[in-house]
Amino acid sequence: MNPRKYFKVYTKFLHTSLASELEYKTNILIDLITAILSLIGSIFLLSIFFQNNGSIGGWEFEQALIIQGIYTILNGITNTWFNPNLTEIVKHIREGTLDFVLLKPIDSQFFISLKKINPSGFLEIMLGIGLLLFCIRINQINLNLSFLTLFLITIICSICILYSLWFFISTTTIWFVKTWNAIEVLRSFLYIGRFPLNSFSFTLRIFFSVFIPIAFITTIPSEVFLGLSQLWEIFLEVFVATVFLMTSRKFWLFALKFYSSASS
Amino acid sequence: MSKNIIEVKHLSKSFDISSKEQGLKGTLKHFFRRQTKSLKVIKDINFEIKEGEIVGFLGANGAGKTTILKMLCGLIYPSEGSIIVSGSLPFRRKENFLKNITLIMGQKQQLIWDLPPIESFYLNASIYDLDKFEAKRRIKKLSDMLEIDDELFIPVRKLSLGQRMKSELLAALIHEPNILFLDEPTLGLDINAQRNLRKFLKKYNKETNATICLTSHYMKDITSLCQRVICVQNGSISYDGKLDLLLKRLSPVKEILIVCHSEKDATKLEESGFSIKNKTKNEITIKIENNLFTSALKTILNNFDIKDLYINEPPVDEIIGKILIKKDYDI
Repeated sequence: MNPRKYFKVYTKFLHTSLASELEYKTNILIDLITAILSLIGSIFLLSIFFQNNGSIGGWEFEQALIIQGIYTILNGITNTWFNPNLTEIVKHIREGTLDFVLLKPIDSQFFISLKKINPSGFLEIMLGIGLLLFCIRINQINLNLSFLTLFLITIICSICILYSLWFFISTTTIWFVKTWNAIEVLRSFLYIGRFPLNSFSFTLRIFFSVFIPIAFITTIPSEVFLGLSQLWEIFLEVFVATVFLMTSRKFWLFALKFYSSASS
Repeated sequence: MSKNIIEVKHLSKSFDISSKEQGLKGTLKHFFRRQTKSLKVIKDINFEIKEGEIVGFLGANGAGKTTILKMLCGLIYPSEGSIIVSGSLPFRRKENFLKNITLIMGQKQQLIWDLPPIESFYLNASIYDLDKFEAKRRIKKLSDMLEIDDELFIPVRKLSLGQRMKSELLAALIHEPNILFLDEPTLGLDINAQRNLRKFLKKYNKETNATICLTSHYMKDITSLCQRVICVQNGSISYDGKLDLLLKRLSPVKEILIVCHSEKDATKLEESGFSIKNKTKNEITIKIENNLFTSALKTILNNFDIKDLYINEPPVDEIIGKILIKKDYDI
């Protein structure tokens, strides 16, 4: 793998997909308004939950806002990269245009995962960062290098887990052709990531930690943020993210052997 | 003598195909207990293609032409047998192999829909690791050959089908591949656009000595580009050889329409022993076998006083159509 070439190709991806999106100005404007309204709606919903009880699952409202901030950043990343690219895999396979991807001298997973971006997702990322900065102030969090490093590691791991889950489901399209529903179910589960894991019953906590690791995606980075996390939790998240990434990679390469292309 | 660039030995491919009965009952049965069967779509085929050759794959819809093409370029794994293309095993899709080939499909496109084609060309150039100046040189060269200029800067969605196809070709050839796999490249194009595309392919082959494997249902594509054809019937090769030999074999006779000065002359000709197709007043149509054609023509011109003469060869579409319609046609 030639990193210089991949960097060059990625800048071309950025350029072409930004240029494509900017062709439709109204669409971008609507996306931006939706992102702002969605965040306001989520915070409002969260405030209703905390209205009568001071805390849920041991989390105060100000602390739960951190989870909302992290969720908003991850949702922004989903909307910027995962949604435009990974939903396209289904289209590529149904229509047989994956042929063009597979015949290019470039890693096919890199190509189909990063070819497009949706610039309106950037606003969500910015809003999420803004909310986290606000949380730093209201929770009186002391910013230092180790805190930032650990937070960055856990956030990157969360992105990897989220990407792997989505990519894994999209890959199954090679056999099942249509998997929109499974992706919608995954997105619905991710909404759960807006709430602290401790607010759920024991059974649900196990389910969201083992089967669909929503817990790793938002709760652990939030605990790091508040200085409540255990070191073993961070190691576990790194381990889970590595396993997920490697498995999704192996699964893609395995699935390609069964790709039969669409008929002409 | 050119060397073999493609070698296919005992190649077979099977697909699992599911079938569904008609009606709601059939739909429910299909949903809960899907019946699949293995269908052998390519059956033990062998052929070799030399460097610089243009080979046409002929066959009815579903005969297996596209499956062969997709196995040759490495998109589909073969079930049995071996394929060597440019010294590589295609299905491994190694970088050097991929830089040597291209696939163009008339019914699918790789250009970015909302942007002008030039953006897709530079994106492809970066994927093939070409620097900006080399990419610019190649785009200029190919756009001159394809006779496209202003179209490069108009969004793809606003281009005509012919302009789009030319741009698709440019995008697919920017890395100057040695082997071109073309699956119905002229599909849906008007007559002029088809002719221009054929002219370009001929020129490209002549200038670069690229090998071209082509499938098309337009016989003009085959007759004007390919000297050699491979006929595929039900997944097997029924003919592999020169196109003109195939045409002679499928159409062993020519027809001559002779216009005589009078009805009497026509009757005289009728009684001279030729095989007569039809006769109207002073016009007579006779059928002559290809191998006797020259001597028969000499006899007619020397012994009969005729006014005019027309040689009719059956249209190539009609001859090839025989292979496509009748699946077990014995070539």
